[in-house]
Amino acid sequence: MIQLNGYGWRHAGRRAWAVRGVDLHIDAGERVLLLGPSGAGKSTLLAAVAGLLPSDSGESEGELDVDGRAGVVFQDPQSQLVMSRAGDEVAFGLENLAWPRERIWPRVEEALARVGFGYPLDRRTSELSGGEQQRLVLAGALAPRPDLLLLDEPTANLDPAGGELVRRALSSVPTMVLVEHRIERFLDLITRVVVLSPGGGVRFDGQPSVLTGRLGAQLAAEGVWVPGHPMPHRPAAGEPGETLAAYKDVAVRRGEALVVTGPNGSGKTSLALTLGGLRAPLQAGVVVTAWGDRPHRWRPKVLARRIGSVFQNPEHQFVTSSVRSELELGGTPVARVTELLVRLRLEHLAAANPFTLSGGEARRLSVATALASRPALLILDEPTFGQDRRTWVELVDLLASLRDEGHGILAMTHDPEVVHALADRTVAL
Amino acid sequence: MAKLAASGLLSVVVLTSRDPLVLGTVLAACLAAAPFFGVGPKAFMQRIWPVLVACAGIVITLALFSADRGGTTLLHFGPFLVTTSVLWASLSLALRLLSLAVPAILVFASTDPTDLADSLIQHAKAPARFAIGALAAFRLLELFREEWGMISMARRARGVQRGFARTAFVLFVGAIRRGVRLSVAMDARGFDSGLPRTVARPQRFGAADAGLILGAAVLAVFAFSLGTR
Repeated sequence: MIQLNGYGWRHAGRRAWAVRGVDLHIDAGERVLLLGPSGAGKSTLLAAVAGLLPSDSGESEGELDVDGRAGVVFQDPQSQLVMSRAGDEVAFGLENLAWPRERIWPRVEEALARVGFGYPLDRRTSELSGGEQQRLVLAGALAPRPDLLLLDEPTANLDPAGGELVRRALSSVPTMVLVEHRIERFLDLITRVVVLSPGGGVRFDGQPSVLTGRLGAQLAAEGVWVPGHPMPHRPAAGEPGETLAAYKDVAVRRGEALVVTGPNGSGKTSLALTLGGLRAPLQAGVVVTAWGDRPHRWRPKVLARRIGSVFQNPEHQFVTSSVRSELELGGTPVARVTELLVRLRLEHLAAANPFTLSGGEARRLSVATALASRPALLILDEPTFGQDRRTWVELVDLLASLRDEGHGILAMTHDPEVVHALADRTVAL
Repeated sequence: MAKLAASGLLSVVVLTSRDPLVLGTVLAACLAAAPFFGVGPKAFMQRIWPVLVACAGIVITLALFSADRGGTTLLHFGPFLVTTSVLWASLSLALRLLSLAVPAILVFASTDPTDLADSLIQHAKAPARFAIGALAAFRLLELFREEWGMISMARRARGVQRGFARTAFVLFVGAIRRGVRLSVAMDARGFDSGLPRTVARPQRFGAADAGLILGAAVLAVFAFSLGTR
C-alpha cells in the first residue's frame, strides 16, 4: 500500500531536511502508530503520503509510492470543517470526487452511522462539541471509502470524552497511519509501531509491545506519552495563606494550587476570565480580591502586577515581535528577564519572533510573560493542552515551585493528570 | 438566485428614479412581501436599524447644511434654515437608500449561505473554487468575532491597552494560519483537483423563482411608469 525508499523532504527556504532517509513498507490491513520526538518529521511524512506536498513547495529525494487513495484527519476540527450543516460536510468530499447524486446521500448516512454521529443531517456544525466535530470530520474522510486513513494528532485538541468518541469511531478502520502523543487510548487499536529518529531514518519498527521496554522509557523522556511511566506528584509544601481572589464559591489562596475541572463548555474559561479581572461577571456576584473588589475595573498595568493570566491559545497574548521584548514589556528589570529566559529554557530563542515558536515554546513564553511582573496570583486556562510529555512535566514542576514560593495558582483543565500531579484542592464545574 | 435577480431589477429602478411615488411603491411592495420570505418583524428590525440611522443622518445633515435654499421656510433658528425644497430633497434621498436596502435585506435574511453558493454554482455557473471557498471563509468569520474578544482580553492581561491595530494584526496572523490549514484540509478531500464535481443539493429553478423575477419586473415597470407620467 505504501512504499518509501530513502524518502526525504525539505521545505522550500529551509536548510534542514524535515524528514530524511525513511525506508518503510506498509501493507493493507496494518494500523501503524508513527512516533518520534517533536521535529522528527512525523507530520511532514504524513502529508507526503497524503499527497499534500506540492512539488513547488520544497525538494524531495528517494522514492514514495502510495497505491490507493488516502483520507486525512488533522488536529483541529475548526480548521477542517467547510460547510455549515453536518450532512453537507460529509457530502463535500463525495461531490469533489464526482460521485453521482443518487449515491451521495445514502453514503453520507452510512458514514455518519459508522462514526456514531447521532444528529440529523441539517445539524449546524458550529453547535457541535469538539469531539462531535472531529467525528464529523472523520465521517467526511471515510465517506469516499479511502484505501487508507492518515491521522495527525486527531485527539490533541479534545477533552477525554471527545478523545474517546474519536477512538471508538476509529476502531473499524482497517488501514491507518496515526501520529499521536497521547497513545494510551490507541494501544489496543494498533498493530505496529514505527519510531522516526530526529536525525533522519527509522529508529524502530515493530510490535507495539516494545513500548513497555527500554525504548518506551527513552520515548517517554523525549516527550511521548508512553503509558506506565508515572507522572510527578507535587503536593504543597506548606499551609495556604490568605485568600487572593474569590468569586461565588471558588476562592484561591496564597501558596495553594486550585484546579477547576469540567468538560468543554462547562464554563471554565469564563470563570478564568472573570476571576482574572478581564471581564465583568456574566452572572450576579462580585469578584473579591486581596487588593479590592471588581478587578475588571482596574487599569491593565495595575491588574498585570496583581493577577497574571495565561490563555489557552498562547498567541493571543503576544504583543511584540521578539521573545525578549515580550518579557521586557512594561519595564521588567533586565535581571528578571534573564532569569525567566533561563528558567523557562528560552534563552536561545530570545531574538525569535513569538509567532514562529513551536507549541511547547509558545506555551512556556506565555507563562513567562504572565510571571514577568511577579503577580501574586496566576490563572491558567488549559495550560497542558496539546503539550508533549516533556513540556507537561516542566510546566507542572514550574507551577508547583511557584506555589511553594507563595504564589496562588488557579488552573482550569480537563486533564486528569494535572489534578493528580498538582491539585491541593479541586472544584468540579 | 432568483431573489438576487429580482432585487437587482428593483435596484435599477430605485437608482434611476428620484420620484417619492416610485420609491414608495417599491418600498411598500417589498415590505408587504416580507412575511412571504419568512422574515419576521424582529429579524427584519435587527438588520434594518443601521440603515434607519443612516437615513436619519442624511435627513438631518442635508436639511441643516444643504446649499439649496428654495421653497417656503419651515424653521429658522439661528444659523439654521430649513426650507421645503431642502426637506424634500433629503427625504427622497433617505427614501432611496431605504428602498435600495430593504430588498437586499430580504434576500440575505431569508437565504441560507449554502443555498446561495449552490445556486451560484448551478445557475450562474460561478466557479466552485470561488463559491465554496467564500462559503468556507464565511464560516471562519463567525469564529473571528469570538477570537477578537479573546485577543483584547489577553492584551489587558498583559497590562497593555486594547490597541485596535495590534489586535487586528494578531487576528490576521491567526486567520492566515487557519485559512492555510483549512485549504490543505480541503485539498486533502479532493477539492479543486481539476476534475469535474457533482452537486449533492440540486437547486431547482422552478415556477416560484420565475414568478418572483416576473413579479419584480412587473413591479419595476409599474413603479417606473408612475415616475414618468
